[in-house]
Amino acid sequence: MKFTEDHEWLLSDGDVVVVGITEHASEQLGDVVFVELPEVGTQVAKGDEVVVIESVKAASDIMAPIDGEITEINDSLTDDPGKVNEDPMGAAWFFKIKPTDDGQIDGYMDEDAYKDFID
Amino acid sequence: MSDTLRKTPLHALHVELGAKMVPFAGYDMPVQYPLGVLKEHQHTRASAGLFDVSHMGQVIVRATGGYDAAARATEVLVPVDLLGLAQGRQRYGFFTNDQGGILDDLMLANRGDHLFVVVNAACKDADIAHMRAGLEGCEVEEITDRALLALQGPAAEGVLQALVPGVAEMKFMDVAIVDSRFGELWISRSGYTGEDGYEISVHADQAQGLARALLAHDAVEPIGLGARDSLRLEAGLCLYGHDIDSGTTPVEAGLTWAIQKVRRAGGARAGGFPGAGIILDQISNGAPRKRVGLRPDGRAPMREGTALFTDAEGGTPIGAVTSGAFGPTLGAPMSMGYVPAALSAPGTPLYGEVRGKRMPVTVAELPFVPANFKR
Repeated sequence: MKFTEDHEWLLSDGDVVVVGITEHASEQLGDVVFVELPEVGTQVAKGDEVVVIESVKAASDIMAPIDGEITEINDSLTDDPGKVNEDPMGAAWFFKIKPTDDGQIDGYMDEDAYKDFID
Repeated sequence: MSDTLRKTPLHALHVELGAKMVPFAGYDMPVQYPLGVLKEHQHTRASAGLFDVSHMGQVIVRATGGYDAAARATEVLVPVDLLGLAQGRQRYGFFTNDQGGILDDLMLANRGDHLFVVVNAACKDADIAHMRAGLEGCEVEEITDRALLALQGPAAEGVLQALVPGVAEMKFMDVAIVDSRFGELWISRSGYTGEDGYEISVHADQAQGLARALLAHDAVEPIGLGARDSLRLEAGLCLYGHDIDSGTTPVEAGLTWAIQKVRRAGGARAGGFPGAGIILDQISNGAPRKRVGLRPDGRAPMREGTALFTDAEGGTPIGAVTSGAFGPTLGAPMSMGYVPAALSAPGTPLYGEVRGKRMPVTVAELPFVPANFKR
Protein backbone atom coordinates (compact mmCIF):
# COMPACT_ATOMS: atom_id res chain seq x y z
CA MET A 1 0.00 0.00 0.00
CA LYS A 2 1.24 3.49 -0.90
CA PHE A 3 0.32 6.86 0.62
CA THR A 4 0.14 10.42 -0.71
CA GLU A 5 0.82 13.66 1.13
CA ASP A 6 -2.90 14.38 0.65
CA HIS A 7 -3.64 11.40 2.93
CA GLU A 8 -4.89 9.05 0.26
CA TRP A 9 -3.97 5.37 0.18
CA LEU A 10 -3.38 3.43 -3.04
CA LEU A 11 -3.53 -0.34 -3.30
CA SER A 12 -2.58 -2.21 -6.49
CA ASP A 13 -5.15 -4.89 -7.28
CA GLY A 14 -4.39 -6.64 -10.56
CA ASP A 15 -4.39 -4.05 -13.30
CA VAL A 16 -6.21 -1.39 -11.27
CA VAL A 17 -5.34 0.75 -8.24
CA VAL A 18 -7.86 1.12 -5.39
CA VAL A 19 -7.94 4.59 -3.80
CA GLY A 20 -9.28 5.75 -0.42
CA ILE A 21 -8.36 8.12 2.40
CA THR A 22 -6.39 7.23 5.50
CA GLU A 23 -7.62 6.80 9.05
CA HIS A 24 -5.73 10.00 9.91
CA ALA A 25 -7.57 11.92 7.18
CA SER A 26 -10.98 10.62 8.26
CA GLU A 27 -10.28 11.66 11.85
CA GLN A 28 -9.26 15.13 10.73
CA LEU A 29 -12.37 15.51 8.56
CA GLY A 30 -14.80 14.57 11.30
CA ASP A 31 -18.12 12.86 10.57
CA VAL A 32 -18.58 12.56 6.82
CA VAL A 33 -22.11 13.37 5.65
CA PHE A 34 -21.80 13.50 1.86
CA VAL A 35 -19.63 11.88 -0.80
CA GLU A 36 -19.74 12.72 -4.51
CA LEU A 37 -17.93 10.22 -6.74
CA PRO A 38 -16.72 10.52 -10.35
CA GLU A 39 -18.37 8.66 -13.20
CA VAL A 40 -17.04 5.31 -14.31
CA GLY A 41 -15.13 5.71 -17.57
CA THR A 42 -13.83 9.20 -16.76
CA GLN A 43 -10.25 9.83 -17.86
CA VAL A 44 -8.45 11.72 -15.12
CA ALA A 45 -5.03 13.32 -14.75
CA LYS A 46 -3.00 13.37 -11.54
CA GLY A 47 -4.19 16.34 -9.48
CA ASP A 48 -7.73 16.47 -10.93
CA GLU A 49 -10.49 16.86 -8.31
CA VAL A 50 -12.36 13.57 -8.54
CA VAL A 51 -14.22 13.18 -5.25
CA VAL A 52 -15.97 15.72 -3.04
CA ILE A 53 -16.36 14.91 0.65
CA GLU A 54 -18.45 16.98 3.01
CA SER A 55 -18.05 16.47 6.71
CA VAL A 56 -19.94 18.15 9.53
CA LYS A 57 -17.18 20.76 9.37
CA ALA A 58 -16.43 21.52 5.72
CA ALA A 59 -16.12 20.35 2.13
CA SER A 60 -12.89 18.76 0.90
CA ASP A 61 -11.71 17.62 -2.51
CA ILE A 62 -9.93 14.36 -3.19
CA MET A 63 -7.48 14.54 -6.08
CA ALA A 64 -6.64 11.79 -8.55
CA PRO A 65 -3.25 10.52 -7.31
CA ILE A 66 -2.26 9.19 -10.76
CA ASP A 67 -3.31 9.47 -14.42
CA GLY A 68 -5.76 6.88 -15.66
CA GLU A 69 -9.36 5.79 -16.19
CA ILE A 70 -11.93 5.39 -13.42
CA THR A 71 -13.08 1.77 -13.73
CA GLU A 72 -15.27 1.37 -10.65
CA ILE A 73 -16.72 3.56 -7.89
CA ASN A 74 -17.93 2.65 -4.41
CA ASP A 75 -21.60 3.61 -4.78
CA SER A 76 -22.43 2.50 -1.24
CA LEU A 77 -20.74 5.65 0.09
CA THR A 78 -23.40 7.85 -1.48
CA ASP A 79 -26.10 6.36 0.74
CA ASP A 80 -23.86 5.72 3.73
CA PRO A 81 -21.17 8.41 3.90
CA GLY A 82 -20.49 7.52 7.55
CA LYS A 83 -18.60 4.45 6.30
CA VAL A 84 -15.69 6.78 5.56
CA ASN A 85 -15.28 7.25 9.33
CA GLU A 86 -16.01 3.63 10.25
CA ASP A 87 -13.70 1.84 7.83
CA PRO A 88 -11.66 4.33 5.79
CA MET A 89 -8.88 1.83 5.01
CA GLY A 90 -11.23 -0.95 3.90
CA ALA A 91 -14.94 -0.88 3.03
CA ALA A 92 -14.89 2.88 2.33
CA TRP A 93 -12.60 2.84 -0.69
CA PHE A 94 -13.63 5.57 -3.18
CA PHE A 95 -12.75 4.43 -6.67
CA LYS A 96 -10.59 2.11 -8.76
CA ILE A 97 -8.39 3.56 -11.45
CA LYS A 98 -6.59 1.86 -14.34
CA PRO A 99 -3.20 3.60 -14.49
CA THR A 100 -1.90 5.06 -17.73
CA ASP A 101 1.63 4.63 -16.37
CA ASP A 102 2.19 1.70 -14.01
CA GLY A 103 5.30 3.34 -12.57
CA GLN A 104 3.52 6.49 -11.34
CA ILE A 105 2.43 4.86 -8.06
CA ASP A 106 6.03 4.01 -7.11
CA GLY A 107 6.82 7.63 -6.29
CA TYR A 108 4.51 7.64 -3.25
CA MET A 109 5.35 6.91 0.39
CA ASP A 110 5.27 3.47 1.94
CA GLU A 111 3.52 2.94 5.29
CA ASP A 112 6.56 3.79 7.45
CA ALA A 113 7.26 6.97 5.52
CA TYR A 114 3.60 8.00 5.81
CA LYS A 115 3.60 7.39 9.57
CA ASP A 116 6.66 9.63 9.87
CA PHE A 117 4.91 12.19 7.66
CA ILE A 118 1.84 12.51 9.90
CA ASP A 119 3.78 12.54 13.20
CA MET B 1 -1.97 32.79 19.38
CA SER B 2 -3.31 30.63 22.17
CA ASP B 3 -2.03 32.94 24.95
CA THR B 4 -4.06 35.80 23.54
CA LEU B 5 -7.22 33.67 23.65
CA ARG B 6 -9.38 33.92 26.74
CA LYS B 7 -10.32 30.84 28.71
CA THR B 8 -13.60 30.03 30.41
CA PRO B 9 -13.65 28.60 33.96
CA LEU B 10 -14.24 25.17 32.38
CA HIS B 11 -11.23 25.26 30.04
CA ALA B 12 -9.18 22.70 31.99
CA LEU B 13 -12.18 20.36 32.10
CA HIS B 14 -12.62 20.55 28.32
CA VAL B 15 -8.98 19.62 27.80
CA GLU B 16 -9.26 16.81 30.35
CA LEU B 17 -12.33 15.47 28.51
CA GLY B 18 -10.33 15.34 25.27
CA ALA B 19 -12.04 18.23 23.50
CA LYS B 20 -10.69 19.64 20.28
CA MET B 21 -10.22 23.33 21.09
CA VAL B 22 -10.63 26.13 18.56
CA PRO B 23 -10.62 29.94 18.72
CA PHE B 24 -14.17 31.31 18.85
CA ALA B 25 -15.08 34.95 19.56
CA GLY B 26 -11.73 35.46 21.28
CA TYR B 27 -12.03 32.36 23.47
CA ASP B 28 -10.38 28.95 23.29
CA MET B 29 -13.52 26.81 23.04
CA PRO B 30 -14.37 23.11 22.54
CA VAL B 31 -15.66 22.45 19.01
CA GLN B 32 -16.12 18.75 19.71
CA TYR B 33 -15.30 16.02 22.18
CA PRO B 34 -14.19 12.46 21.36
CA LEU B 35 -17.84 11.49 20.73
CA GLY B 36 -17.84 13.64 17.57
CA VAL B 37 -20.26 16.25 16.24
CA LEU B 38 -22.85 13.84 14.82
CA LYS B 39 -23.20 11.72 17.97
CA GLU B 40 -23.07 14.78 20.23
CA HIS B 41 -25.98 16.23 18.27
CA GLN B 42 -27.99 13.01 18.46
CA HIS B 43 -27.22 12.57 22.14
CA THR B 44 -28.59 16.05 22.93
CA ARG B 45 -31.87 15.29 21.11
CA ALA B 46 -32.19 11.85 22.72
CA SER B 47 -30.94 12.53 26.25
CA ALA B 48 -29.03 15.60 27.50
CA GLY B 49 -26.02 17.63 26.46
CA LEU B 50 -23.89 19.98 28.54
CA PHE B 51 -22.56 23.08 26.79
CA ASP B 52 -20.09 25.66 28.07
CA VAL B 53 -21.44 29.04 26.98
CA SER B 54 -19.41 31.05 29.47
CA HIS B 55 -18.02 33.15 26.62
CA MET B 56 -21.41 34.85 26.37
CA GLY B 57 -21.89 38.18 28.13
CA GLN B 58 -23.92 38.41 31.34
CA VAL B 59 -25.03 41.92 32.20
CA ILE B 60 -27.10 43.43 35.00
CA VAL B 61 -28.95 46.69 34.38
CA ARG B 62 -30.05 48.57 37.49
CA ALA B 63 -31.85 51.86 37.92
CA THR B 64 -32.84 53.75 41.05
CA GLY B 65 -36.47 53.27 40.08
CA GLY B 66 -36.04 49.46 40.12
CA TYR B 67 -36.96 47.07 37.32
CA ASP B 68 -39.56 49.33 35.68
CA ALA B 69 -37.08 52.19 35.35
CA ALA B 70 -34.40 49.87 33.92
CA ALA B 71 -36.99 48.36 31.55
CA ARG B 72 -38.22 51.76 30.40
CA ALA B 73 -34.66 52.90 29.71
CA THR B 74 -33.78 49.71 27.83
CA GLU B 75 -36.88 49.96 25.63
CA VAL B 76 -35.06 52.88 23.99
CA LEU B 77 -32.57 50.37 22.55
CA VAL B 78 -34.73 47.27 21.96
CA PRO B 79 -38.15 46.94 20.28
CA VAL B 80 -39.37 44.58 22.99
CA ASP B 81 -42.11 45.00 25.63
CA LEU B 82 -39.95 45.00 28.75
CA LEU B 83 -42.37 46.95 30.98
CA GLY B 84 -44.91 44.21 30.37
CA LEU B 85 -42.48 41.42 31.18
CA ALA B 86 -43.52 39.67 34.39
CA GLN B 87 -41.08 39.12 37.22
CA GLY B 88 -39.26 35.80 36.80
CA ARG B 89 -39.73 35.76 33.02
CA GLN B 90 -37.39 36.42 30.10
CA ARG B 91 -37.84 37.48 26.51
CA TYR B 92 -35.80 37.25 23.32
CA GLY B 93 -34.89 40.59 21.76
CA PHE B 94 -32.30 42.56 19.83
CA PHE B 95 -30.48 45.85 19.74
CA THR B 96 -31.33 47.69 16.52
CA ASN B 97 -29.51 50.43 14.62
CA ASP B 98 -30.89 53.52 12.87
CA GLN B 99 -31.23 51.57 9.60
CA GLY B 100 -33.39 48.96 11.33
CA GLY B 101 -30.53 46.43 11.30
CA ILE B 102 -29.71 44.12 14.19
CA LEU B 103 -26.63 44.95 16.32
CA ASP B 104 -26.98 41.78 18.40
CA ASP B 105 -29.67 39.41 19.60
CA LEU B 106 -30.05 38.78 23.30
CA MET B 107 -32.12 37.50 26.21
CA LEU B 108 -33.71 39.95 28.65
CA ALA B 109 -35.04 38.89 32.06
CA ASN B 110 -37.08 40.60 34.76
CA ARG B 111 -35.35 39.65 38.01
CA GLY B 112 -37.48 41.73 40.36
CA ASP B 113 -35.31 44.74 41.15
CA HIS B 114 -33.19 44.71 37.97
CA LEU B 115 -32.96 43.60 34.34
CA PHE B 116 -30.61 40.70 33.49
CA VAL B 117 -29.29 40.46 29.96
CA VAL B 118 -27.35 37.71 28.14
CA VAL B 119 -25.60 38.74 24.92
CA ASN B 120 -23.42 37.07 22.28
CA ALA B 121 -19.72 36.64 22.98
CA ALA B 122 -18.53 38.29 19.78
CA CYS B 123 -20.69 41.39 20.41
CA LYS B 124 -20.45 41.75 24.18
CA ASP B 125 -17.89 44.57 24.36
CA ALA B 126 -19.80 46.59 21.78
CA ASP B 127 -23.13 45.76 23.46
CA ILE B 128 -21.95 46.91 26.86
CA ALA B 129 -20.57 50.15 25.42
CA HIS B 130 -23.87 50.61 23.56
CA MET B 131 -25.84 50.08 26.79
CA ARG B 132 -23.61 52.37 28.86
CA ALA B 133 -24.01 55.11 26.24
CA GLY B 134 -27.72 54.60 25.63
CA LEU B 135 -29.33 53.60 28.94
CA GLU B 136 -30.12 56.81 30.72
CA GLY B 137 -30.01 56.70 34.50
CA CYS B 138 -28.92 53.06 34.58
CA GLU B 139 -25.95 51.26 35.98
CA VAL B 140 -24.67 48.63 33.54
CA GLU B 141 -22.64 45.93 35.27
CA GLU B 142 -20.84 43.24 33.30
CA ILE B 143 -20.67 40.02 35.29
CA THR B 144 -17.18 38.59 34.84
CA ASP B 145 -16.93 36.15 37.76
CA ARG B 146 -19.58 33.69 36.61
CA ALA B 147 -19.63 30.83 34.12
CA LEU B 148 -22.67 29.97 32.00
CA LEU B 149 -23.60 26.35 31.31
CA ALA B 150 -26.44 25.05 29.16
CA LEU B 151 -28.03 21.68 29.86
CA GLN B 152 -30.24 20.76 26.91
CA GLY B 153 -32.36 17.78 25.91
CA PRO B 154 -35.29 15.71 27.14
CA ALA B 155 -33.31 14.35 30.12
CA ALA B 156 -32.21 17.83 31.27
CA GLU B 157 -35.15 18.34 33.63
CA GLY B 158 -34.62 15.11 35.55
CA VAL B 159 -30.87 15.56 35.81
CA LEU B 160 -30.99 19.14 37.05
CA GLN B 161 -33.97 18.55 39.36
CA ALA B 162 -31.92 15.90 41.22
CA LEU B 163 -29.17 18.44 41.91
CA VAL B 164 -31.31 21.57 42.24
CA PRO B 165 -34.77 20.64 43.54
CA GLY B 166 -37.55 22.83 42.19
CA VAL B 167 -36.28 23.50 38.67
CA ALA B 168 -38.76 20.99 37.21
CA GLU B 169 -41.56 23.43 38.03
CA MET B 170 -40.03 26.18 35.89
CA LYS B 171 -41.74 26.76 32.53
CA PHE B 172 -40.12 27.69 29.22
CA MET B 173 -38.56 31.19 29.54
CA ASP B 174 -38.92 31.30 33.35
CA VAL B 175 -35.89 32.58 35.25
CA ALA B 176 -35.00 31.97 38.90
CA ILE B 177 -32.25 32.63 41.40
CA VAL B 178 -31.74 29.45 43.40
CA ASP B 179 -29.44 28.50 46.28
CA SER B 180 -27.66 25.20 45.78
CA ARG B 181 -24.61 23.28 46.91
CA PHE B 182 -22.86 25.04 44.02
CA GLY B 183 -23.68 28.43 45.49
CA GLU B 184 -26.23 30.81 44.03
CA LEU B 185 -27.38 29.72 40.58
CA TRP B 186 -29.11 31.95 38.06
CA ILE B 187 -31.26 29.57 36.05
CA SER B 188 -33.42 30.10 32.99
CA ARG B 189 -35.48 27.45 31.23
CA SER B 190 -34.29 28.16 27.72
CA GLY B 191 -31.54 27.35 25.28
CA TYR B 192 -30.34 27.29 21.71
CA THR B 193 -31.08 23.75 20.55
CA GLY B 194 -34.86 23.56 20.13
CA GLU B 195 -34.93 21.15 23.06
CA ASP B 196 -36.21 21.66 26.57
CA GLY B 197 -33.41 22.62 28.92
CA TYR B 198 -31.77 25.18 31.13
CA GLU B 199 -29.07 27.81 31.08
CA ILE B 200 -27.31 28.00 34.42
CA SER B 201 -25.10 30.87 35.54
CA VAL B 202 -22.77 29.74 38.33
CA HIS B 203 -19.89 31.40 40.15
CA ALA B 204 -16.60 30.66 38.36
CA ASP B 205 -15.21 28.88 41.44
CA GLN B 206 -18.15 26.44 41.48
CA ALA B 207 -18.47 25.95 37.71
CA GLN B 208 -16.28 22.88 37.46
CA GLY B 209 -18.00 21.24 40.41
CA LEU B 210 -21.41 21.79 38.84
CA ALA B 211 -20.24 20.62 35.41
CA ARG B 212 -18.72 17.46 36.88
CA ALA B 213 -21.87 16.74 38.90
CA LEU B 214 -23.97 17.07 35.72
CA LEU B 215 -21.56 14.97 33.65
CA ALA B 216 -21.64 12.26 36.34
CA HIS B 217 -25.13 11.34 35.11
CA ASP B 218 -25.16 8.67 32.41
CA ALA B 219 -27.70 10.80 30.56
CA VAL B 220 -25.30 13.73 30.10
CA GLU B 221 -22.47 14.14 27.57
CA PRO B 222 -20.36 17.25 26.98
CA ILE B 223 -21.26 18.91 23.68
CA GLY B 224 -19.08 21.21 21.58
CA LEU B 225 -19.72 24.20 19.35
CA GLY B 226 -20.00 21.97 16.26
CA ALA B 227 -23.15 20.23 17.46
CA ARG B 228 -24.43 23.46 18.99
CA ASP B 229 -24.48 24.88 15.47
CA SER B 230 -26.30 21.94 13.82
CA LEU B 231 -28.80 21.79 16.71
CA ARG B 232 -29.69 25.48 16.47
CA LEU B 233 -29.91 25.33 12.69
CA GLU B 234 -32.35 22.39 12.80
CA ALA B 235 -34.35 24.47 15.30
CA GLY B 236 -34.40 27.38 12.82
CA LEU B 237 -32.59 29.70 15.24
CA CYS B 238 -30.45 32.57 13.95
CA LEU B 239 -26.71 32.82 14.50
CA TYR B 240 -25.65 36.43 14.88
CA GLY B 241 -23.09 37.52 12.29
CA HIS B 242 -24.43 34.93 9.84
CA ASP B 243 -28.25 34.81 9.64
CA ILE B 244 -28.72 38.24 11.16
CA ASP B 245 -26.43 41.26 11.32
CA SER B 246 -26.42 45.04 11.13
CA GLY B 247 -27.71 44.83 7.53
CA THR B 248 -30.76 42.64 8.22
CA THR B 249 -33.92 43.93 9.86
CA PRO B 250 -35.97 41.88 12.34
CA VAL B 251 -38.82 41.77 9.81
CA GLU B 252 -36.60 40.42 7.03
CA ALA B 253 -35.20 37.91 9.52
CA GLY B 254 -38.67 36.62 10.43
CA LEU B 255 -38.31 37.85 14.01
CA THR B 256 -41.37 40.13 14.03
CA TRP B 257 -42.89 37.84 16.70
CA ALA B 258 -40.31 39.23 19.15
CA ILE B 259 -41.71 42.77 18.73
CA GLN B 260 -44.80 42.83 20.93
CA LYS B 261 -47.94 44.73 19.83
CA VAL B 262 -47.37 47.49 22.39
CA ARG B 263 -44.19 48.51 20.51
CA ARG B 264 -45.76 48.35 17.05
CA ALA B 265 -47.75 51.01 15.18
CA GLY B 266 -50.89 51.77 17.18
CA GLY B 267 -49.43 50.33 20.39
CA ALA B 268 -49.24 52.30 23.67
CA ARG B 269 -45.44 52.54 23.41
CA ALA B 270 -45.09 52.26 19.61
CA GLY B 271 -41.61 52.82 18.22
CA GLY B 272 -39.09 54.75 20.25
CA PHE B 273 -36.20 52.42 19.38
CA PRO B 274 -33.46 52.85 16.73
CA GLY B 275 -34.71 52.22 13.21
CA ALA B 276 -38.35 52.16 14.36
CA GLY B 277 -39.57 53.99 11.24
CA ILE B 278 -38.14 51.35 8.91
CA ILE B 279 -39.04 48.36 11.08
CA LEU B 280 -42.64 49.44 11.77
CA ASP B 281 -43.13 50.25 8.08
CA GLN B 282 -41.89 46.75 7.15
CA ILE B 283 -44.24 45.17 9.70
CA SER B 284 -47.17 46.99 8.05
CA ASN B 285 -46.13 46.79 4.39
CA GLY B 286 -43.79 43.83 4.22
CA ALA B 287 -40.03 43.57 3.81
CA PRO B 288 -38.40 43.22 0.38
CA ARG B 289 -36.68 39.99 1.37
CA LYS B 290 -37.21 37.22 3.92
CA ARG B 291 -35.13 34.71 5.81
CA VAL B 292 -36.28 31.24 4.78
CA GLY B 293 -35.47 27.61 5.37
CA LEU B 294 -33.97 25.77 2.42
CA ARG B 295 -33.90 22.03 1.78
CA PRO B 296 -31.39 20.91 -0.88
CA ASP B 297 -32.83 18.06 -2.96
CA GLY B 298 -29.66 15.96 -2.82
CA ARG B 299 -27.35 15.14 0.07
CA ALA B 300 -24.80 17.89 -0.58
CA PRO B 301 -24.98 20.64 2.06
CA MET B 302 -25.31 24.22 0.78
CA ARG B 303 -23.07 26.21 3.06
CA GLU B 304 -22.90 29.88 4.00
CA GLY B 305 -22.33 32.04 0.93
CA THR B 306 -23.95 29.67 -1.59
CA ALA B 307 -25.59 31.87 -4.25
CA LEU B 308 -29.29 31.21 -4.98
CA PHE B 309 -30.92 31.41 -8.42
CA THR B 310 -34.39 30.96 -9.87
CA ASP B 311 -33.18 28.95 -12.86
CA ALA B 312 -30.88 26.04 -13.54
CA GLU B 313 -28.85 28.22 -15.88
CA GLY B 314 -28.12 31.89 -16.35
CA GLY B 315 -29.55 34.84 -14.47
CA THR B 316 -28.13 36.69 -11.51
CA PRO B 317 -28.26 35.54 -7.87
CA ILE B 318 -31.54 36.35 -6.13
CA GLY B 319 -30.19 35.62 -2.67
CA ALA B 320 -27.66 33.66 -0.67
CA VAL B 321 -27.35 31.03 2.02
CA THR B 322 -26.42 32.41 5.46
CA SER B 323 -26.07 29.08 7.31
CA GLY B 324 -25.90 25.57 5.97
CA ALA B 325 -25.01 22.15 7.28
CA PHE B 326 -26.09 18.54 7.40
CA GLY B 327 -28.90 18.00 9.90
CA PRO B 328 -28.21 14.81 11.83
CA THR B 329 -31.78 14.57 13.18
CA LEU B 330 -33.28 15.71 9.88
CA GLY B 331 -31.10 13.16 8.10
CA ALA B 332 -30.57 15.61 5.28
CA PRO B 333 -28.80 18.86 4.48
CA MET B 334 -30.49 22.11 5.49
CA SER B 335 -29.79 25.80 5.04
CA MET B 336 -31.18 29.19 5.87
CA GLY B 337 -30.84 32.20 3.64
CA TYR B 338 -32.44 35.35 2.29
CA VAL B 339 -34.64 35.47 -0.81
CA PRO B 340 -36.99 38.11 -2.27
CA ALA B 341 -40.39 38.09 -0.55
CA ALA B 342 -42.06 36.90 -3.77
CA LEU B 343 -39.91 33.74 -3.70
CA SER B 344 -40.21 33.05 0.04
CA ALA B 345 -43.26 30.74 0.11
CA PRO B 346 -42.50 27.19 1.29
CA GLY B 347 -42.34 24.89 -1.72
CA THR B 348 -40.76 27.48 -4.02
CA PRO B 349 -38.16 25.70 -6.17
CA LEU B 350 -34.78 27.41 -6.42
CA TYR B 351 -31.19 26.52 -7.30
CA GLY B 352 -28.04 26.87 -5.25
CA GLU B 353 -24.66 26.99 -6.92
CA VAL B 354 -22.37 24.41 -5.30
CA ARG B 355 -18.89 23.98 -6.75
CA GLY B 356 -19.98 25.65 -9.98
CA LYS B 357 -23.08 23.47 -10.42
CA ARG B 358 -26.69 24.60 -9.94
CA MET B 359 -28.34 22.16 -7.55
CA PRO B 360 -32.11 22.13 -6.86
CA VAL B 361 -33.22 23.42 -3.46
CA THR B 362 -36.71 24.04 -2.10
CA VAL B 363 -37.88 26.79 0.25
CA ALA B 364 -39.01 25.06 3.46
CA GLU B 365 -40.82 25.84 6.71
CA LEU B 366 -38.72 26.59 9.79
CA PRO B 367 -37.88 24.94 12.10
CA PHE B 368 -36.60 21.86 10.28
CA VAL B 369 -37.03 19.82 13.46
CA PRO B 370 -39.99 20.72 15.74
CA ALA B 371 -39.14 22.33 19.06
CA ASN B 372 -39.57 20.37 22.26
CA PHE B 373 -40.06 23.17 24.79
CA LYS B 374 -41.91 22.80 28.09
CA ARG B 375 -44.41 25.63 27.75
